[in-house]
Amino acid sequence: MNTPAKTSKGATKRAAKAPLQKPAENVVPECMNYREACRQGIREALTNDSRTFVMGEDVGRYGGCYAVTKGLLEEFGPERIIDTPLAELGFTGAGVGAALGGLRPIVEIMTCNFSLLALDQIMNNAATIAHMSGGQFAVPLVIRMATGAGRQLAAQHSHSLEGWYAHIPGLKVLVPGTVEDARHMLAAALADPNPVLIFEHIVLYNAEGDLDPSVQGVDIEHAKVRRAGTDVSLITYGNSLPKCLAAAEELAALGIDAEVIDLRVLRPLDSATLIESVSRTRRCVIVDEGWRSGSISAEIAARLAEEAFFELDAPIRRVCGREVPVPFAMHMEEASLPQVADIVASARALVQKA
Amino acid sequence: MADFLMPALGADMESAKVAQWLVQPGDRVKPGDVVVVVETHKGAIDVEIFLDGVLNDLAPEGTDLPVGGVLARVGKADEVGTAGAAAATPTPPPAPAAKPTRVKTPAPATAPAPVPTSAPVPAPAPARPAEPATPNWPTAPGTRVKASPAARRLAHELDVVIETLTGTGVQGSVVRADVEQAAALGRATPTAAKASGPSPTRAPRGGFDAAMMRQAIATAMTRSKREIPHYYLSSTIDFEAANSWLESHNRDKPPPDRLLPATLLIKASARALAEVPQLNGFYEGGAFRPGAGIHLGWAIALRGGGLVAPAIHDADKKTLAELMQALRDLVQRARSGGLRSSELTDPTVTVTSLGDRGADGVLGVIYPPQVAIIGFGRLFKRPWVVNDQVLPRTLLSVSLAADHRASDGHLGGQLLAAIDQALQHPEQL
Repeated sequence: MNTPAKTSKGATKRAAKAPLQKPAENVVPECMNYREACRQGIREALTNDSRTFVMGEDVGRYGGCYAVTKGLLEEFGPERIIDTPLAELGFTGAGVGAALGGLRPIVEIMTCNFSLLALDQIMNNAATIAHMSGGQFAVPLVIRMATGAGRQLAAQHSHSLEGWYAHIPGLKVLVPGTVEDARHMLAAALADPNPVLIFEHIVLYNAEGDLDPSVQGVDIEHAKVRRAGTDVSLITYGNSLPKCLAAAEELAALGIDAEVIDLRVLRPLDSATLIESVSRTRRCVIVDEGWRSGSISAEIAARLAEEAFFELDAPIRRVCGREVPVPFAMHMEEASLPQVADIVASARALVQKA
Repeated sequence: MADFLMPALGADMESAKVAQWLVQPGDRVKPGDVVVVVETHKGAIDVEIFLDGVLNDLAPEGTDLPVGGVLARVGKADEVGTAGAAAATPTPPPAPAAKPTRVKTPAPATAPAPVPTSAPVPAPAPARPAEPATPNWPTAPGTRVKASPAARRLAHELDVVIETLTGTGVQGSVVRADVEQAAALGRATPTAAKASGPSPTRAPRGGFDAAMMRQAIATAMTRSKREIPHYYLSSTIDFEAANSWLESHNRDKPPPDRLLPATLLIKASARALAEVPQLNGFYEGGAFRPGAGIHLGWAIALRGGGLVAPAIHDADKKTLAELMQALRDLVQRARSGGLRSSELTDPTVTVTSLGDRGADGVLGVIYPPQVAIIGFGRLFKRPWVVNDQVLPRTLLSVSLAADHRASDGHLGGQLLAAIDQALQHPEQL
């Protein structure tokens, strides 16, 4: 298990200094931030496979809206790092075509809010062509998107739509919540013959964590227990993961031993790991920054009710984003998102003796 | 089908013995009927039923049942005859004389099967009185206790009757740990009930075990002093007006119609509680719950030791004559046996009066989960200042012990003032 990501104010500076070199030779854990881990993943892919290229708005000369692709244009040139017009439907469709034509495109969509413009290509083409063609054509496309709130970017740049995409058969939906997953999930996504969406949380870009050099890859099938516990399972992903880990520490001080599960993959959902955990702790709080209604948290709650009903010792609880467009004002944005205190309170209410 | 459960006749009761059924299997019962006599540490209590239907699967007489144990099952009137053609046509509710065919007939008197007895089993004792035809899981609606799915499954596996357990989980739900604990203690399992032996004969009615009662009082009062932060207030009431009104009222009456001072104390207390309802009710689950009506528990000392405080229902609405009658009836039944279950479960407050052979004053101990006890001392004559003159007056000390979690002294003071006020105008009581 790797060290969970933690936020650091000096992260940007460190990222700028971090050398663009392969980390594999290192034997001691290397501390880096999530943004740098994403970049190293992309560099590795570009280096190892000439079919791979990056395409999106401002990914080249600007270095990426969140600076993930900074420096890659200089290193790999304009044929591999392609600045596109502001036309999500167009360049995502180009990505689908490139994938069908044998390339391994990495399409970056600036935020998942904008991906709605490309939804037709993602759902009706990327996710469906393998089915429509009777298995003759695969679409080995990877789309990276920024997701989530917490940086005062207001209602059109802050939403969490990964739960929506997890609704669609034919897609894999990845939600890296650690530096390790940010570093290694891309390779697994590119190796998959079908379209994979990767949702990178905008708050996590500056989060730091140790990268274990002995880990050379990760799976994109399983949820992971990030902290073992016996009293309650906190099921979460993305930027709610560090919040759940912080909540688990607070709960430990109260004598409640919380288990924290990082979903990692929203589709296909790893029900077995969740059921196994809840069968031990018998209580669960699902923490999801997305809106509650019709959310991935609702899906998880339903599966646990369907498949682990007789293991439960308390009602399933959810801590979700408030059902409002994410506000701009900092205090209101904070109030609209799951916070550590909310998670602690929900878990306590489940474990507390009458 | 619903279960008729052993009621908790007070916070201090854990179990009771089925002494005598007053109905036959298959009898139609309706809410308010007294159907069974149980023996508790408070003596033999007439238990009322609050279900409507046909009674079946009666727990054999002599069985010790914990609070919440199944005394009998109550089916709908037309649910019973399912074995025969009755199911085909809608039938009117059967008259008590024409008893419908019973599907299942436990016959404790003749059954060769092991008969549950009151033989030593840890209390609270077994719940399932006889071999049930269907498992107690899941339970019938209406009697459902909150239990987690995991707890229910384990209870099913371990043969634990979940209805008899006290939940420690969310919203007081029974959780796995509660079932595990009960199983470990060997409680609440039907097998624990299967000590064989002859059906015990019923103890004489009204008899109660003084040692048991002492134990129950000890438990309740220890809980009270451990859990309830009592505060105490007292004041002295000029009883002269009440006394002379009583004298003139009783002067021409035959003894049965005469009023005792206690009736005035009860009525004045009930009136005052109507004005200060925050002291009439219960403290449960971290919050005060007001009582539904002023059901005043009147403490009655029993011969041979011990005491019981059955309810005088709606004491604020009864006339003095009605209160006198209720008091006589209650004292007589408390001492001879025959209190009704509702009288033990309903009190919303307790009033204790030590009477003329008692002390000047009494500071009570609250009976949980009530939040107050009002105490009256004996009447005594003392010099008293009235309109700047020292006069001999009949006085009465009144005290209040109240739960500081539910109320504050200011409110308690209002209650005592209201009692005082009411006793200055006995003609209005």
